[in-house]
Amino acid sequence: MAEAGGITTESVAGDRARAARTMLDQVVLPGEELLLPEQEDAEGPGGAGERPLRLNAGTRSRGRVVCGPGLRRSGDRLLVTKCGRLRHKEPGGGSSGGGVYWVDSQQKRYVPVKGDHVIGIVTAKSGDIFKVDVGGSEPASLSYLAFEGATKRNRPNVQVGDLIYGQFVVANKDMEPEMVCIDSCGRASGMGVIGQDGLLFKVTLGLIRKLLAPDCEILQEVGKLYPLEIVFGMNGRIWVKAKTIQQTLILANILEACEHMTADQRKQIFSRLAES
Amino acid sequence: MAAERKTKLSKNLLRMKFMQRGLDLETKKQLEEEEKKIISEEHWYLDLPELKEKECFIIEEQSFSLCEDLLYGRMSFRGFNPEVEKLMLQMNAKNKVEEVEDEAVELDVSDEEMARRYETLVGTIGKKFAKKRDRASYEEDENGHIKPTVKVKKMFLKPQD
Repeated sequence: MAEAGGITTESVAGDRARAARTMLDQVVLPGEELLLPEQEDAEGPGGAGERPLRLNAGTRSRGRVVCGPGLRRSGDRLLVTKCGRLRHKEPGGGSSGGGVYWVDSQQKRYVPVKGDHVIGIVTAKSGDIFKVDVGGSEPASLSYLAFEGATKRNRPNVQVGDLIYGQFVVANKDMEPEMVCIDSCGRASGMGVIGQDGLLFKVTLGLIRKLLAPDCEILQEVGKLYPLEIVFGMNGRIWVKAKTIQQTLILANILEACEHMTADQRKQIFSRLAES
Repeated sequence: MAAERKTKLSKNLLRMKFMQRGLDLETKKQLEEEEKKIISEEHWYLDLPELKEKECFIIEEQSFSLCEDLLYGRMSFRGFNPEVEKLMLQMNAKNKVEEVEDEAVELDVSDEEMARRYETLVGTIGKKFAKKRDRASYEEDENGHIKPTVKVKKMFLKPQD
């Protein structure tokens, strides 16, 4: 009786799990299970227990599949944890097989992730470290030696209230995040204290990724308006600076509003700006 | 002989921090590996049986940088911040594997000429450190370039019975 019950639940769960390949670019909800391409055939006609005989036993050597943000591994399947559209990217040089699956979701609250470049605000200076607010649950710690050319005698010129552009080296749910302003070779490569003036404002995380996409039209149009400088932090913070305060405010308004505008409305606004 | 031995920097000197800033990743990795080999005998290790991990073909990553090719976060337009614009070109070129067609800096001296000059330079500087007796071994080439000749080492000749 228990066995029969077990089989029925398995088949019910098997019916609910859909192939990841068929769900690409569609909305998925948390709790759904996705089957990877190689498992569909094994679980196809035949149900539980039957395994089709294969001549090529090399199905397991397909390479590793990476499950990105919004997905978790449950056994051999992928479990969706955020609602959004399912995306897939094929491996680049064909070397690491399987590709990447992830869920393109929208949120405002940032969770620190290792390797992300973020804009932080220095809130405290205690001993050898700075406490930097990055918008997460805890302030990140930044050692004063984590700047280019910093030594015990040569300390960096960082004050409370400064803006810092850095990346995380440690970011997990058990410890406070740690960030640095140098890369693995010891060079700054653009990180460190962000200069004077300018304006810092907050947007949603999805907008940042949309603006930083390789083929983003918004940035190309914005760049043609007037000389300006922008820094994007993956924690939803953007810092802009232009020659006058008015230009800076216009820029900030455009970037905040372009999330909800269609392409036509955007072009109208840009043409109006170009005239004035 | 002193003529053939160039001034070598000791290993301790090379391991100092100021000497390592200019090194590439590869040389740094090699140096680290060498240091690890030195420590290996006294290094403590756990005497546990090898536990086999279940093969997992799914890796979990929480970062978006793997999924989407995002551009570098700092940007500057129309010359507002020239350093940032240089950085933009550098970082975005690293992401794309395309080769940069126009080289920003054109070489003043070609590689071949550089190699030729360096070859003779070695001789000139080597001559400076050579002892008086060995200076005679440095001969002049056709073009007036100084090249050190290879000296045959005088070995001990065993007396034949």
